[in-house]
Amino acid sequence: MKVVLRNVTKKFPARGKKDREVTAVSDFSFEIPDGQLVALLGPSGCGKSTTLNLLCGLQRPDSGQIFFGEEEVTQLPPEKRGVGMVFQNYALYPHLTVLQNILFPLQNLKGAEKLSKAEMNRRAREAAELVQIGELLDRKPAELSGGQQQRVAIARALVKMPRILLMDEPLSNLDARLRLQTREEIRRIQKETGITTVFVTHDQEEAMSISDRIVVMREGLVQQIGRPQEVYDQPANLFVAKFLGSPPINLFEGRVSGGRVFIGEEAVLAAPGLAGGEVTVGVRPEGFLLKADGALGCRLRGVEVLGRDVSVLAAHEACPGAVIRAIVNAQERPDPAADTVRFDLKPGKVFLFDKTGDQRLL
Amino acid sequence: MDKKSAKGWLYILPAFLFLGVFLLYPLVDVFIYSFEEGFNFASQSYYGVGSYNYAYVLRDPYFLQAVKNTFLLVAITVPVSTGLALLISLGLSSISRLRELYQTIFFLPYVTNTLAVGLVFMILFKRTPYTDGLANLIIGLFGAEPVDFIDGPYWAKMTVLCLYTVWIVMPFKILILTSALASVNRDYYNAARIDGTPAWRIFTRITVPMISPTIVYLIITGFIGAFKAYSDAVALFGTNLNAAGMNTIVGYVYDMLYGSSGGYPSYASAAAILLFAIVLTITCLNLLISRKHVSYLS
Repeated sequence: MKVVLRNVTKKFPARGKKDREVTAVSDFSFEIPDGQLVALLGPSGCGKSTTLNLLCGLQRPDSGQIFFGEEEVTQLPPEKRGVGMVFQNYALYPHLTVLQNILFPLQNLKGAEKLSKAEMNRRAREAAELVQIGELLDRKPAELSGGQQQRVAIARALVKMPRILLMDEPLSNLDARLRLQTREEIRRIQKETGITTVFVTHDQEEAMSISDRIVVMREGLVQQIGRPQEVYDQPANLFVAKFLGSPPINLFEGRVSGGRVFIGEEAVLAAPGLAGGEVTVGVRPEGFLLKADGALGCRLRGVEVLGRDVSVLAAHEACPGAVIRAIVNAQERPDPAADTVRFDLKPGKVFLFDKTGDQRLL
Repeated sequence: MDKKSAKGWLYILPAFLFLGVFLLYPLVDVFIYSFEEGFNFASQSYYGVGSYNYAYVLRDPYFLQAVKNTFLLVAITVPVSTGLALLISLGLSSISRLRELYQTIFFLPYVTNTLAVGLVFMILFKRTPYTDGLANLIIGLFGAEPVDFIDGPYWAKMTVLCLYTVWIVMPFKILILTSALASVNRDYYNAARIDGTPAWRIFTRITVPMISPTIVYLIITGFIGAFKAYSDAVALFGTNLNAAGMNTIVGYVYDMLYGSSGGYPSYASAAAILLFAIVLTITCLNLLISRKHVSYLS
């Protein structure tokens, strides 16, 4: 099912005199193609959870429209939208067994949709098999691990065959190892069912690794929408560039002059056609090439060996207060005893932003 | 005894002594009195040991009337007050404006003196040479004959007593239930809403199980409280409850000790032990039944 948001805005009124009105989501337009896995990514308070609530109907937008396929659902209550939702804390009913939890949405069906007992059981078991918890059906949620509870929550959301599946921070309550595993699991389930899925996360790695599209948000405004690699390679602004990537992007104060980019006194890159002026230069950690006569000279701070790669830590006056982190091949590691290290910069890994950070120049 | 547990015993010693003197010793003493026939406080003497006290009490029409009154009161007020309190708490938790005002109003009876409330109920229900009382004025509007609620037929008096008891015990229940409802995570309700759960099903399948430990607590303490009813009846019908036919078991015990027909500690003890046995049995039954239905998981 295709999902379309058209100029959706949601404001929360001020509570009390000292408070001010908050625009949680501002003029959000986006079309999610059928069967895709989309991540809403951003720091806390960016409006991603509100967007999810607008999609499931727990909140209504102040303006704008939401469509599922061709049907407008903007004013529909949650139960009429046919969405499945996985809550951050799973919201499994603690007094019901796993099977009863999964059956719960089916038992709500009325009229023509009403199912026979046997059919309900069959579908509940099918959903349980899909998320591989078939042998846990008689347990209570408290007797399950976090990862198993997560699977039950997904099964409960899927059992009524929703038009879209929504997940709020699906991995945040799991430990690191389980997170990696469950991430793959969510991808697999989404591929197998082909349900259009939207999930909220503040973890860029999570968003990058499994989603077809990423929506990066900040303070209610959409910053960029695109495929993970696109967003990483072509960030729309400084915020997106900083938010994506681990280790994070290195930022230098620089300037453009005569069609070249300067960091300090050194011309590091050709930038033909760019107007002169102050800029912020962003270099991805993998954008550094070790070279004895490289364009950029830095003070060497240390070398971290990570096995496959080596992380070179350096400092530069144009990068005040921060450590520059360059990732290079293990074979090319610099002499740790040296005072300075020189790099060439890979053109595709260097971005120029105007001083406000709102716009990318290169 | 090792040093650690000796310390532990030392810490609970004050409470243990206090409870021992004021709770355990009287309980045992009353149990002994109940088997001593014709016990006399002044001379500390009795003239026989046996079950005669129980036989007497169980044949005493006043006691049987008191047992009937008490059971009726319990059977009516506990479910009614708990149910009403649940409804009101649900209402309170689903409004946002004026909620605190209503909470305060509903809590007022709890901090009001029982006898003062009794006076108000008298004004509402008592017939005097000058007026039939407010309650009669109201039922008069519907064309019914005026009834004497305080000195009239049994059912009328019972109705007033039940109303009064429900009114007195409800505030505490509302307070406890409102906070229990507030502690249920909103996500459960959101999850249920997204799954299209009808309101009634949300109530029976989610709300009630989630707050079931609180409900059981209120029912058990409600039973115990109602079995111990006495002051409510006095506030409405005066101290001569046997004459009014509205005595309760605790009232009977009191009358046997100090009332105008009093001075029979042996009979009073037997009646008190019978009440203890009744309350114990009912509480055990309650716990047994609730164990099957209550989930303490969360």
